[in-house]
Amino acid sequence: MNSSMSRGRFGAHGGQYIPETLMNAVTELEEAYNESKNDPEFQRELNRLLCEYAGRPSRLYFAERMTKELGGAKVYLKREDLNHTGAHKINNVLGQTLLAKRMGKTRVIAETGAGQHGVATATAAAMMGLECEIFMGEEDTRRQALNVYRMKLLGAKVHPVTTGTATLKDAVSETMREWTKRIDDTHYVLGSCMGPHPFPTIVRDYQAVISREIKDQMHEIAGRNPDVVMACVGGGSNAIGTFYHFIENEEVRLIGCEAAGRGISTKETAATIATGRPGIFHGMKSYFCQDEYGQIAPVYSISAGLDYPGIGPEHAWLHDTGRAEYVAVTDDEAVDAFEYLSRTEGIIPAIESAHAVAHAMKLVPTLSSDKLVVITISGRGDKDVAAIARYRGEDLYE
Amino acid sequence: MSDANKRTIRSAFERGKAFIPFITCGDPSLEVTEELVYAMEDAGADLIELGIPFSDPTAEGPVIQSANVRALSGGVTTDKIFDMAGRIRKNTDIPMVFMTYANVVFSYGTDRFLDAARGIGMNGLILPDVPFEEKEEFGTPCREHDMSLISLIAPTSNERIKRIAKDAEGFLYCVSSLGVTGTRSSITTDVGAMIKLVREANPEIPAAIGFGISDPATAGKMAEAADGVIVGSAIVKIIAEYGNKSVKEVADFVKSMKDAIR
Repeated sequence: MNSSMSRGRFGAHGGQYIPETLMNAVTELEEAYNESKNDPEFQRELNRLLCEYAGRPSRLYFAERMTKELGGAKVYLKREDLNHTGAHKINNVLGQTLLAKRMGKTRVIAETGAGQHGVATATAAAMMGLECEIFMGEEDTRRQALNVYRMKLLGAKVHPVTTGTATLKDAVSETMREWTKRIDDTHYVLGSCMGPHPFPTIVRDYQAVISREIKDQMHEIAGRNPDVVMACVGGGSNAIGTFYHFIENEEVRLIGCEAAGRGISTKETAATIATGRPGIFHGMKSYFCQDEYGQIAPVYSISAGLDYPGIGPEHAWLHDTGRAEYVAVTDDEAVDAFEYLSRTEGIIPAIESAHAVAHAMKLVPTLSSDKLVVITISGRGDKDVAAIARYRGEDLYE
Repeated sequence: MSDANKRTIRSAFERGKAFIPFITCGDPSLEVTEELVYAMEDAGADLIELGIPFSDPTAEGPVIQSANVRALSGGVTTDKIFDMAGRIRKNTDIPMVFMTYANVVFSYGTDRFLDAARGIGMNGLILPDVPFEEKEEFGTPCREHDMSLISLIAPTSNERIKRIAKDAEGFLYCVSSLGVTGTRSSITTDVGAMIKLVREANPEIPAAIGFGISDPATAGKMAEAADGVIVGSAIVKIIAEYGNKSVKEVADFVKSMKDAIR
């Protein structure tokens, strides 16, 4: 495999597998992004928004009761759930919408799974006076009805996507189709570290604030790096943000927690690293859940945000090189962890983030008490309460 | 080896303007697909695009998306399509290219896919999600297998047209409009200007226009500027409506389109 065959490669992964119609758009985006990186005024404005609007830095909280109960390493929670709009998604969205304005775009479009990225995009669009349209799988509009209404409240138009499995992958496909129809005035705010170059790099850079802060905060607390950082992985944006500044620190274990759904030996799973193989889809080469003929698998997870058949190309590369570990967490384990964190720390995590909590519950007791573990709580769980109640057999609808 | 029993892509453009129909293999069944190929050739088609269905065809509009779903739910696979195309090649020398998505080829194993396609006597491959920047990964093995990887240009290509046209093989697929495949009531792009840039960069390469061409009048207009027209959704729509009885309907339509561009 020739690893230098095109721009935006992470080992063999990444690239720009998109229709010709979009090529000038992604090239223009790459140029604008590179310029903005070296523009102190742009960086100042982005930083101002992250602090004053999104509420950064997010806290690194010592989970004392959880630490005591699990009886192993010290557990810290990186509280991305405390950001404005309730998830890490806003970090990337503020960067990309500011970039869209810089490029003279007046309209943003985005896909959303759980609705968190859609809400964040609608929020930033409202604040910056941009027109906003969100594409969301019809199945997800049912699972996350509250977020649909939030987006509408924020002035966005929400398009339910009925094709395929009517979930996140179909929402991404439909947003790409929409972008090829209308490019001049429109920027596609891609929500995860995936898609064609330069998106995986842009999203990772905007999310890297998470690991930069963890590093500073941990050094302030303990005078050193943590031993383990972990996060849930769908496309993988909060995980790459959590990993990024630690990639060079070989002593720090990086753990991504995928959604196993009903188990990786069943078809009802979304664990891409555990069950997928190399493929090309949604603009990138990476790992994908697919059949022997390359047809993309109809994946499943209780978590709409992790219910995606692929993973960002940088994660695929971190997996290939062995720098990061990827583990699979089932629906049952995630729901248990959702309830556990709520009960033990008074923090209701997003069901996505609960996948990372679930793995921590297994890992932490095996580590000695001088070890430091950071779990990124990528979002808050208010949006999931009704679904979890239904999972537990309570007939609760929003 | 049925390789000898095929004409070149170039030959499709040697009898006046070329008419290039697209159909999705296995919609409604592989048997009907085979019949459609023969009927379209008799009706005047010069080159056939055979679509290998993909679960998530991001460059397609609703009409061809649905055809992909119908074909896949009918149990069609790449191997079954190879078998069918091999049967077709025994009966006709018409130039044929596969149209599918990068993952269908990559996942099968690019060399393995191309070995099979060459063995059948296919002439080329169209991958709408492989732009110029990624072309070498598929273009080089295609050349090694004596197949043309067809390049595409779009209304947004502008200064890219020169590079793409220079490097083009077989024919150049000129996308008429923004957006995905599908029938349109009008085409507003200045296709004449697009084709002029192509001619300047590469006077040898035949240029065919596709996306949104659904009636003889539009086909005629497009053929004035180009060497051929590609029609997919309008045909797939007829197949969706008439199913197993679509062969004659499609043949009549192809004939009317071919007459309009002569």
